[in-house]
Amino acid sequence: MSFGLSRLPFEIGPATREAFGEALAEAGVDENIVVVDGDVNNSTYTNKFKEKYPERFFNVGIAESNMIGIAAGLAAAGKIPVAATFSTFLLSNAFDQIRMSIAFPNLNVKLVGTHAGISIGEDGPSQMAIEDVALACAFPGMTVVVPADGPSTAIATHALLEREGPTFMRCGRPGVPLLYNSASEFQIGKANTLREGDDITLIANGIMVAMALDAAEGLAADGVQARVLDMHTVKPIDTDCIVKAANETRAIVVAEEHLAYGGLGSTVAMVVGEHKPTRMAFVDIGDTYATSGKPDELLEHYGLTPGAILDAARRVLKD
Amino acid sequence: MPQARTEERPELERIAKRLRHHIVRSTTEAGSGHPSTSLSMVEVVTVLYFGGVLRYDSQQPHHPSRDRFILSKGHGAPGLYAVLAEAGYFPVDDLMTLRKMGSPLEGHPNMRRLAGVEASTGSLGQGLSMGIGHAHAARLDGSDYRTYVMTGDGEIEQGQVWEAAMHAGNHGLDNLTLIVDRNRHQQTDAVQKIQPLDPLAAKFESFNWESREIDGHSLDEVTGAFHWARSISGKPQAIIARTIKGKGVSLLEAAQEKWHGKPIPVEQEAKALQEIGADL
Repeated sequence: MSFGLSRLPFEIGPATREAFGEALAEAGVDENIVVVDGDVNNSTYTNKFKEKYPERFFNVGIAESNMIGIAAGLAAAGKIPVAATFSTFLLSNAFDQIRMSIAFPNLNVKLVGTHAGISIGEDGPSQMAIEDVALACAFPGMTVVVPADGPSTAIATHALLEREGPTFMRCGRPGVPLLYNSASEFQIGKANTLREGDDITLIANGIMVAMALDAAEGLAADGVQARVLDMHTVKPIDTDCIVKAANETRAIVVAEEHLAYGGLGSTVAMVVGEHKPTRMAFVDIGDTYATSGKPDELLEHYGLTPGAILDAARRVLKD
Repeated sequence: MPQARTEERPELERIAKRLRHHIVRSTTEAGSGHPSTSLSMVEVVTVLYFGGVLRYDSQQPHHPSRDRFILSKGHGAPGLYAVLAEAGYFPVDDLMTLRKMGSPLEGHPNMRRLAGVEASTGSLGQGLSMGIGHAHAARLDGSDYRTYVMTGDGEIEQGQVWEAAMHAGNHGLDNLTLIVDRNRHQQTDAVQKIQPLDPLAAKFESFNWESREIDGHSLDEVTGAFHWARSISGKPQAIIARTIKGKGVSLLEAAQEKWHGKPIPVEQEAKALQEIGADL
């Protein structure tokens, strides 16, 4: 049987981009919040904010560089600007503007990139942000968050708006499994342990969290108890939680919907290497661009499935 | 409350000379930097800070209702620092720490280290967009502060400048004034040889701006242009200031294509200062 997000043992909830849009519209009661859009507000769901607060919403057109510069000026003037567009256009197109206008002066701009990863499907590789986490983490002082589901995205949206300084949140296109609810514990910079276990640790973020939980069930059938960490914040990374996992379990598998280089896997490996060298394996897109296809087909083809996590876990435990 | 500072004409002339003096001395002391780029903008910033235009208070540099001046051509930093020192943001003596380890007078402006610097710049093409952000914020807050942005002319080869120009024109941001320091030279050669810009005023006008060209070294014309800019409603304004790269120092003026990003050698500094004739 081929892989399907909807075949995971979880109810499918909203897309993280939609949860972001709704939370943003809710947060808009704060008159300091302004939104800049690169003419994709009906895709990023910032249109929900636009409907409520049109005077604080700026569609700058297909001009990401200008969008970021305007956000920087608004922040320097005391506003809390949210700049949202497709993650690849945000990070790749406007990288220098984020660097010079926002990160270097440490301005309070909230970047949100949607349609990240290969799970956007048919639109294909030109629209798929698969380098965005690495690019965002490269900026000194940038907070980088990759939430796993709708409710945690909503909580993260509010938390990031309250956090001083530049932040980036990565959202996806498809509806994703529900793992949290609005009352869940969720703090920026603090990983959530979604399943306890002392044999191996599975660390994931974004859509890979639900898959890691599913893989943990498979490992349990082998008699292996897997700890599952939702490492939603890639930067600043939760060093304590990773070191604890390295100390208490025999191996670590990291899973992310991103290239192998510079994302969650690299960040976790840096912590593990420095504090407690431990056998690791990585589940990611590797070092390649993807193609068009249905989201589930792509995830399976590029090895982003519970089965791939399970295989990686069995492999490292055998060593 | 931030106030505009209005000096008499003879004092404006003295200030302009002092700025040139500071620019030459600080870059020669640093052994690097962009004096010629800074010298071309002297009259514009002199009038802006001392000719009754910019409302500021150097003792309250972050006052919310201050007018903003963003130097988008960040390599003109020595010119910006010179005027900020004269305006009282920091002691004039500090100018001689330009580009030195530990000094907040970095090679390009850093808003987090030096009061009075409104934007960190140095990657060209970004200041006008930042200025738009301030202009929108002023509107949202119902505040009457104005935002002034200066770019170079080579700088506006950057596409982002035209994204910003389209946006400002579309939104009719009449609280935003752009000054293009049209010194006609960029790093390796004349702008005209690399990427001709004319008709420049017409380009802005076609983007729903008002524009006017002036002699950027005439204190009267610069003063008149800023008055004109304030009188415009419903559109942003572009002042194209025709200037000379290295203005005031014959060594630099004589070979403008050769002196980009080069300080005046120590042995030629005295002659340059004598030509400027600063009455300190």
